[in-house]
Amino acid sequence: MEFWVYFAAKPLFWLIVTLVVFMFASELNKRSGGTPLLHPVLVAMAIIISFLLVTDTRYETYFEGAQFIHFLLGPATVALAVPLFDHFERIKKMWLILLVACVTGAVTAIVSVLLVGLMFDLPEGVLLSLAPKSVTSPIAIGIVEKIGGFPSLAAGLVLITGAMGCLLAPLIFKLLRVKDDAVKGFTLGLAAHGFGTASAFEVSAVAGAFAGLAMGMTGLLTAFLLPVVISLMGFN
Amino acid sequence: MLNGFLALLLCQLLGELLVLATGVPVPGPVLGMVLLLLVLIVIKKTPDSVRLVSEGLLRHLALLYVPAGVGLMVHLEMISQYWLAILVALLVSTFVTMLVTALVFRLLGKFSGPTKGERSGLVRPQGGER
Repeated sequence: MEFWVYFAAKPLFWLIVTLVVFMFASELNKRSGGTPLLHPVLVAMAIIISFLLVTDTRYETYFEGAQFIHFLLGPATVALAVPLFDHFERIKKMWLILLVACVTGAVTAIVSVLLVGLMFDLPEGVLLSLAPKSVTSPIAIGIVEKIGGFPSLAAGLVLITGAMGCLLAPLIFKLLRVKDDAVKGFTLGLAAHGFGTASAFEVSAVAGAFAGLAMGMTGLLTAFLLPVVISLMGFN
Repeated sequence: MLNGFLALLLCQLLGELLVLATGVPVPGPVLGMVLLLLVLIVIKKTPDSVRLVSEGLLRHLALLYVPAGVGLMVHLEMISQYWLAILVALLVSTFVTMLVTALVFRLLGKFSGPTKGERSGLVRPQGGER
């Protein structure tokens, strides 16, 4: 037992667990034909959470190791500028339509999730954590800290939303007969942030660039719009 | 490669400093992304080192979400109480959001000339192939 305690207390162990479990989850997803139901992030989360619960490990202990991966979200967000620049000419031509789509979509995301939540009588803390669910998690965490929800709950809900977006996207593109990769990417990035962006990159580089753009724009706009929308809807 | 990583980190740092200085409610990395985009526009190309690191990071974007996602375990009690409502709210809202966004493109695409339709067209007239 002594060895286990010493070993588990080392941040390196949880870093390796995160990597190994994620690689396993990715392989599982590949073998199952890439279904978003077995999204590697959700599967990895479920396995790691179970493991932590079984070994009676606190999240803080796990995060001491996992923070090195978490940290890379920052530079990865900055890196989105590269695909954006690659397709800048096209974005410039479409800027107005992109802006209208983004504002409409971002407001729809906030209002619709709050309305359904209100129908179910969810407590205010949960509602406020749901509100930024379409925004990439670093931004969502920042927003929820400001408006008074539970930041780590919000981060998890954002990820579930992301997987749902990847799951629903093919259905919606078929329904509306969307053929343009730019529109596919933008829709995915707006509703499903980084998950949508990751799956858009699998469609094409153009889709990925527009998804990254939508993710950035939605994050920015939501940070400004959300406080206004929730006060209009009578919160706080 | 190292140059590229340094460039990303510097943009992020400048972004964080801008947030501190101006108090805008936006995370530093997002402003860092805007800064890097501005730099690329000015120098008119992406240096190889920046491209190498960026593409490497973006290829593994999904992995980077795992540590934050595991944080859900802190709220297991609350989730077990409200899981159905939360799932329905997320599902309905995500569906509606994507539908509305794609529809906006479809509606606006009709009014905005040939630039939008150039890539095999986002506007499909009614009664096309099913």
